[in-house]
Amino acid sequence: MAAIGEADARGLFIARSRWRWEETLFWLAAAASYVVFPGHLVLVTQALISGLFAVSLDLMLGYTGIASMGHAAFFGIGAYTAGILAAHGYGDPLLGLLAGALLAGAFGALCSLLVARLHGVALLMVTLGIGLLCYEIANRANDITGGDDGLQGMVVGPVLGLFPFDIDGRVGFIYAFIVVFGLYLVARRIVNSPFGLTLVGIRENVRRVPALGIGVGGQVMVIFTVAAAMAGIAGALLAETTQFIALEVLGFDRSISVLISLVLGGIGSLIGGMIGAVVFTVTRDQLAAMDPVYWNFWMGLILCAIVLSGAGGIMGLLRRVSGGRR
Amino acid sequence: MTRRKARLGLAALLSLLAGAACAEDQPLKIGLVGSFSGGATEWGLEVDAAFAAYQKEHGDTVAGRKIEFIRRDTTGPNPDVTRRLVQELISNDKVELIAGLEFTPNALATAGLSTQAKMPVLIVNAATTEILTKAPYMVRFGFTTAQVVTPFAKWAAANGYHDVYAIYTDYGPGLEAGAAFKKAFTAAGGNIVGEVKPPLVSPDYSSYIQRVKDAKPQAIFIFAPAADHPPIFLKAYRDAGLADMGVKILATGDLTNEFELPTLGDPALGMITTFDYSEAHDSPMNHDFVKAIYESGGGRVRPNFTTVAAWDVINAIYKLVDAQHGKIDPDKTIALLKGMSFESPRGPIAIDDHRDIVQNVYFRKVEKVDGKLQNVEFQTVPMVDDHGEPTK
Amino acid sequence: MLISLVNVLINGLAYGVLLFLMAGGLSVTMGLMGFANLAHGALAMLGGYILVMLMNGHGWGFIPALGAATVGAAAAGIVVERTIYRRLYRGAELDQVLLTIGIVSMTVAAATYIWGAQPEAVHLPAWLDGRVHAGGIDVGTYRLFLIVLGGALTVGLVLGIDKTSFGAKVRAAVDNRRMTLSCGIDVDRLFTLAFAIGSALAGLGGGLAVSLVGLDPNFAVKYLVFLLMVVVVGGLGSIKGTLAAAVALGVCDVTGKYYVPQVGAFILYAMTVAILLWRPRGLFGR
Repeated sequence: MAAIGEADARGLFIARSRWRWEETLFWLAAAASYVVFPGHLVLVTQALISGLFAVSLDLMLGYTGIASMGHAAFFGIGAYTAGILAAHGYGDPLLGLLAGALLAGAFGALCSLLVARLHGVALLMVTLGIGLLCYEIANRANDITGGDDGLQGMVVGPVLGLFPFDIDGRVGFIYAFIVVFGLYLVARRIVNSPFGLTLVGIRENVRRVPALGIGVGGQVMVIFTVAAAMAGIAGALLAETTQFIALEVLGFDRSISVLISLVLGGIGSLIGGMIGAVVFTVTRDQLAAMDPVYWNFWMGLILCAIVLSGAGGIMGLLRRVSGGRR
Repeated sequence: MTRRKARLGLAALLSLLAGAACAEDQPLKIGLVGSFSGGATEWGLEVDAAFAAYQKEHGDTVAGRKIEFIRRDTTGPNPDVTRRLVQELISNDKVELIAGLEFTPNALATAGLSTQAKMPVLIVNAATTEILTKAPYMVRFGFTTAQVVTPFAKWAAANGYHDVYAIYTDYGPGLEAGAAFKKAFTAAGGNIVGEVKPPLVSPDYSSYIQRVKDAKPQAIFIFAPAADHPPIFLKAYRDAGLADMGVKILATGDLTNEFELPTLGDPALGMITTFDYSEAHDSPMNHDFVKAIYESGGGRVRPNFTTVAAWDVINAIYKLVDAQHGKIDPDKTIALLKGMSFESPRGPIAIDDHRDIVQNVYFRKVEKVDGKLQNVEFQTVPMVDDHGEPTK
Repeated sequence: MLISLVNVLINGLAYGVLLFLMAGGLSVTMGLMGFANLAHGALAMLGGYILVMLMNGHGWGFIPALGAATVGAAAAGIVVERTIYRRLYRGAELDQVLLTIGIVSMTVAAATYIWGAQPEAVHLPAWLDGRVHAGGIDVGTYRLFLIVLGGALTVGLVLGIDKTSFGAKVRAAVDNRRMTLSCGIDVDRLFTLAFAIGSALAGLGGGLAVSLVGLDPNFAVKYLVFLLMVVVVGGLGSIKGTLAAAVALGVCDVTGKYYVPQVGAFILYAMTVAILLWRPRGLFGR
């Protein structure tokens, strides 16, 4: 078998990094919604934030193969960090993002040590347990977090000191859009780099990777930290754009929702996470408005249909339709 | 037949003219925010039944404007969901009033928006006192925990209960109930022999009951959310033999709320509770109210504290819309609400300067009436304010 | 003080046994068959509602209603297994998790629609409703009943699954379906039977749970976490492990609440994580 030359390798990376039409379309539509849906900006903002959250999970699940039922722990840590800072006089939004990313990322690094050698069901259960633990701790520490009542007294300052958050959600939307898009580009960079390929290697055949001279533990720690930091930023964004958070940012429901969003959109394509999150958030909102009492049922039905169809979510369907390759 | 048609035609013509003459003949959109699914689904059913019964009697139009409720589901204590729903109701649906809110976290999440957008909010249920402090446009029609607990503690101390063990769930309303009871009870000379704070998710009460048993009090004061704690608590209480030991149960009415009573069954007989409403309240207005609720709820809804608060909210809405001739101004609305007082199926109620409710507090005992379990009132503390102090 | 402790321990044992009854079936399906069935709690809930319907609506006695709950849940399990689960046996765990979560959502909504959101209760027969008072110890008769029943069922399960060829056949089929088929064993029927047993146990557990911890449409979700913890901590595929973990969890939960009530469920989650980090396959896992 001939070795791959450097030119070929570069070509491979360039091909992988090419923008797909789904991505271009999505981001254009997202930007356009500022004009097209001026009355629903808060919903779109929250959809984008959920999308960022899903992308961070995709880095772990789609690319590295680590399934987590407790991803909301990182989201919640980011949210509460930004929130608590804002409630104690440090309301600068960018400061909140940074602090959220740092704390969540640090926790992510810690978790990577804990779950390094786990697989399958044990991995799912430990991640679930970690998520539940974080929820309980936040619940118990209700002097700091506000407990069930939610965090009171958040005062979020204007973005860059110039743009205060308005009630129609315009500033919030632009702020979140820029941050989410920026991080999306970062995520793309990561997965389309040599490092990103080693992640796929870990996912596909974890035993072979050390034979290539790559330490699995180190790689996993890096991606865990990055994914956690990203989730933390998403959480901080939510806290800042709504100026209010409560325990559910750490909850089981949020961990499962992001998992569902990712599967809905399609694992392992990054844009799938964004698409899935938007579809999930909007559908849930619409179903709840249509049928307040029984929307749980329709959500469950849709979820079953997705899994049973085995199509690989929306991205999988799109790919089949367009007949393209990865 | 023709005469009837002619009358109908005339009526239609007149109402058309009246409608045309009215400046504001657009429907009056009111946001209704609460649990229509999830753990507190019954809240939605109860409010809907109350509104339906009221509108059956009073029609759905006030001062020429048709009342239109836009329902939004919080699915439980979800402050972030609530916040988004309220924001959309304000910015998107352009509602003129908001009603509802069943949980303290949801009400707290709404406060900021209400203040920012000057949106009057009529609270049906959320019971923690602090909600209104930073929200000049929120008005409460339900009750506060301190309101029903403080007079109760004083009564207990004055009626032979000296050693009491306190159990209250570890969350907002529970902590407030516990604090209010302890303060008033010890101030009146009582002694709290011990206390325990079960977490909200508490499948098994047997351990807490064992602690109570060790402490051998005269009575237990308990506050727990209506949902699944009461039957489990009662069973543990009986299994440990506390009833035979003579330990009485003093509780807030949440435990014996009418929605819950059939599940509790006969073991609940003899429980003494404090609350603002009982289905067995003996007044002509309440008798009619009870009948109306059974009808509009299709038998699935029993009149209780939520239904009566919802009834009073819609009554207040009709009054303030009428007083403003259909043109809603936020500041005028709040001013009108602040002075409002009227007779409710629960008894007389009034809204004070702090936009909080002033009402009678009743002490009741669970007894069997016509084969059904009811909270029978045996003492009334008239016109108590939101901190539990009498205003008369 | 010792008397109080004994009381608490007995209560904890009863709670643990109840958890075992509900989780036992999950251990069978997750452990023996490798299928992550998060809808197991929904099967238990179904058993509970069948009991309530028959006793409250049709005046059935407690024991016959319990039997009906068991059979009903088993039937439901068989139907779901044949139509839906079968397709995902060789699928990814995550797919199974998500599918069964979807089923749970639908079940909760359906339960709310059919029976309403209120908590349910039944009136136990007089012989179960009392207390046993002996030497200062007060235990509800019902709890003792649970302990006895649980003990009997454990023995039955252990003998039936761990020691007979049935269990061996199921494990063989999970490990190597083709080989097992070529031995003349009908793998499909085997799996259905295993699933039916697991579901029957869940239904029984659910029916028994009504009078201990209550029942409402959210039951399926509330206990799911505890069931998963019990099964995974005990070790997938080991009935003994599940029993040990369930009893340990029940006793720790109840005892913890007695001595340190403010800590709550924290201890359980921390213990679960700690045990799984120490032994990823669970205490008795293969």
